[in-house]
Amino acid sequence: MTRSNAATNTGHAYLELASLTKRYGQITVVDSLTLDVRKGEFLSLLGPSGCGKTTTLQMIGGFVEPTSGNIRLQDRDLVRTPPSKRGLGMVFQSYALFPHMTAAQNVAYGLEVRRVGRAECEERVARALDLVGLAKFGDRYPRRMSGGQQQRVALARALVIEPSILLLDEPLSNLDASLREEMQVELRRIQQVTGTTTILVTHDQNEAMALSDRIVVMRAGQVEQIGRPEQVYEHPQTDFVAQFLGKTNLVSASVRTVNGVKEIVIGDQSFACDTALPEGPVRIAIRPEKMRLASSGIPGIVKNRVFQGTLWLLEITSEHGTILVQQPNVGTPPPRIGSACHLDLDGRDIHTFGTGV
Amino acid sequence: MRGRNGFWALAFHTLFVIFVLAPIAVVCLIAFTPESYLAMPTNGFSLRWFEALLDNRDFVTSFQTSLMLGLLSASAAALVAIPASIAIVRYRFPGRLFLLTLCMSPLMIPSIVLGVAFLRYLSQIGLGSTMPGLILSHVIIILPFILRTVMNSFGSLDPALDNAAASLGSSPWTTFRRVTFPLIVPGVVSGWILAFITSFDEVTMTIFIASPGLTTLPVRLMLYIEDSIDPLVAAVSAVLIALAVLTMLIIDRLFGLDKILIGNIDSDKNS
Amino acid sequence: MSDTLDFRRIPWSPFLLALPAVVVFFGFLLAPLLSTAILSLQAFSLYTGIQNVYNLANYIEIFSDNYFFEIFARTARIAVLTTVLAIVVGAPEAYILMRMRAPWRGLFLLVALGPLLISVVSRTLGWALLFGSNGLINETLMALGLVESPVALMYTEFAVVIALTHVLMPFMIISVMVTLQRLNPQIENASLSLGASGFTTLRRVVIPQMVPGILAGSIIVFAMAASAFATPQIIGGRRLKVIATLVYDEFLYSLNWPLGAALAMLLFAAVIGVTVGCNALAERYFARIYR
Repeated sequence: MTRSNAATNTGHAYLELASLTKRYGQITVVDSLTLDVRKGEFLSLLGPSGCGKTTTLQMIGGFVEPTSGNIRLQDRDLVRTPPSKRGLGMVFQSYALFPHMTAAQNVAYGLEVRRVGRAECEERVARALDLVGLAKFGDRYPRRMSGGQQQRVALARALVIEPSILLLDEPLSNLDASLREEMQVELRRIQQVTGTTTILVTHDQNEAMALSDRIVVMRAGQVEQIGRPEQVYEHPQTDFVAQFLGKTNLVSASVRTVNGVKEIVIGDQSFACDTALPEGPVRIAIRPEKMRLASSGIPGIVKNRVFQGTLWLLEITSEHGTILVQQPNVGTPPPRIGSACHLDLDGRDIHTFGTGV
Repeated sequence: MRGRNGFWALAFHTLFVIFVLAPIAVVCLIAFTPESYLAMPTNGFSLRWFEALLDNRDFVTSFQTSLMLGLLSASAAALVAIPASIAIVRYRFPGRLFLLTLCMSPLMIPSIVLGVAFLRYLSQIGLGSTMPGLILSHVIIILPFILRTVMNSFGSLDPALDNAAASLGSSPWTTFRRVTFPLIVPGVVSGWILAFITSFDEVTMTIFIASPGLTTLPVRLMLYIEDSIDPLVAAVSAVLIALAVLTMLIIDRLFGLDKILIGNIDSDKNS
Repeated sequence: MSDTLDFRRIPWSPFLLALPAVVVFFGFLLAPLLSTAILSLQAFSLYTGIQNVYNLANYIEIFSDNYFFEIFARTARIAVLTTVLAIVVGAPEAYILMRMRAPWRGLFLLVALGPLLISVVSRTLGWALLFGSNGLINETLMALGLVESPVALMYTEFAVVIALTHVLMPFMIISVMVTLQRLNPQIENASLSLGASGFTTLRRVVIPQMVPGILAGSIIVFAMAASAFATPQIIGGRRLKVIATLVYDEFLYSLNWPLGAALAMLLFAAVIGVTVGCNALAERYFARIYR
């Protein structure tokens, strides 16, 4: 918990969003958002659709004018700078490749409008295409390229102008699952090679976790939590974050001290837990992969089981509601549907949010 | 929609094709008659009426007039329609809908009404029986065609393209010149062709504003037919039909006739 | 949420862009129409020509004279029959074209729509040649011994309707095809999979969905048929006048321009009235289904 706070506050701010707000009539899409982005980091804005993440990115890019608030890049005021003078690279959800230009011409465009000399231009285009693994595809037109290739061209086009920040607007959402994973690896590699400060907008928590140095979880125009991927996942600070990042079980419980030992009580079962927890009723969250089937513990009945290759996902009906359990596939299948079972857990894997119901 | 057409459907279709092609075929056949009167070329084909056509100064000059009128008015209409369509597609401003309605309205106004209106108005402002007068009147009736195709091609552009160009450092004018305009060129060209054909074929309005000294080919043909129908008019029509078929093949090759007239038949999934 | 044009803040640029169009359309569309409307209110005398007297005399003359009523009625009759014929032939043909496969569909689309690129005068001339007393139709009838002397086809309403249908058919086909191509191709299969026969599918699923296209096409065909000039002039001649050919005669032969202008204005009003009225009705009806 303390680590995640430290992570948000230390480091020199490169891009600063201060009380950034966007309203359309009565609707507030982004609500006084304050955020520091550090030089060279890969930051994700993560949240469900309508949470204001895309609008935030568009305000940074200059395509949406903030209602109020400030955007500063190294102490330069961006709000009053037209998008064409901001020097940010952007990869659009639709890629927005110029269909009448070849891949190389697309990549060269930003250099040409900057009046970069021909020789240097050609050299930089070649390097950029090489970086994204498309060295041989320079004279291909976008129409004749696959989605993944178009994606790479868009990336090369944004990177070749050596942008101070790279903005990625749901860049992988138009790709199919396997290609998306491949591109995630690529994106991370390229970002590490170039060291470009990158802001990614996504609604896909796996993508955000796989790529980011830090994740900003947004909800209804506001920041819900900021932190490193594993912090946000392991130590969600709110119900929303816990549920949005991966599956989670939310159960009412209480904390008490017995013989000087803090324990958490779920129904008639108790588990040793973190001593820092205050006593009293709490609402707890626990990840499915942190639950185990055991010979004793919380009783339940297997309601459903789904084979997921490396994992089994079980739905257990208990007096605390339906509980999800993830079990690694070790060869022996889990109990059949309808059979009774018990659930065990480690009290230290539990997160609590205030009082339970 | 891709089921098979049954026997009755194909029979109906055959009759339809005969219905569509019969008058066109008759004109073309009679144009080749060796006789001096209207007759099918049963006694061999002859080019005598085409030779007579080339010797007929009236038809030759009016053909030149039509060509010139079509070229100039389609180009002038394009110059007016392109900025107007940018205004309508890219901006929200008071009077936008009025502008759109105004520019599309000639499609709804009967040509005969426009002919009557121009007959008096053009002579009142001193443009009666002049080429500029003809051009202006034709610009009015063909502008909707160009406006529509250009607006359609704007509509099919990814709106993010502008932002992409801007993020790469391109000024609005550079973006228009290097990104937007090249992409709407097909729309401009197909609109221009439709406009040219419309202007070239227009007869109802033009018959009011043309004068004996300045007449288009369809008007000349019309006036000739009012007097008498002989193989010469069939020859003129055969030439017009041949030109139409030629343009049709060119358009079909370039864009697909169906795309220009109906819209994109096979890719309507994402719209 | 992508507000793409936020950064264009120059407020006068759309007006500047629209300026040429506005100038041309005000100067050469609205002004001439207004001038014609005024002309229609002016008096005319055979000896002194157009006079600076303004009244409704021309309109009163038109409405009180049976001669004009007959011509208006004939024009309406021709337009309605043409529209009906265009629906009966065009709608099924559009459906058939839509169901055709690759090379055939392209080819027959050219056949069906290509005539649009041919001058109306040439197309009508073809019908005049077919309908003539020694035209192909009469010669065939006589050769078959069905008639002894040529049937009078030229200068009949029947001939005008046939030729007009031929001229305006492509507009109906285009309209219906536009509607058909928006249809989900799975819908027919859905109906078939639910156990409906091909005919039931056509009647219950396909045709209802074609209605908006048929209506839109009908409005276009009706408006154009009601104001058509070249075809009635060539096929109908002086003997079978419609409003448009009457206007032409008033302007270029009788030289009674104010009366001609009044006739043109009435035609204009009728066409706009029917078009706008039908559009509004259709929109109100379809808004319930498609919104």
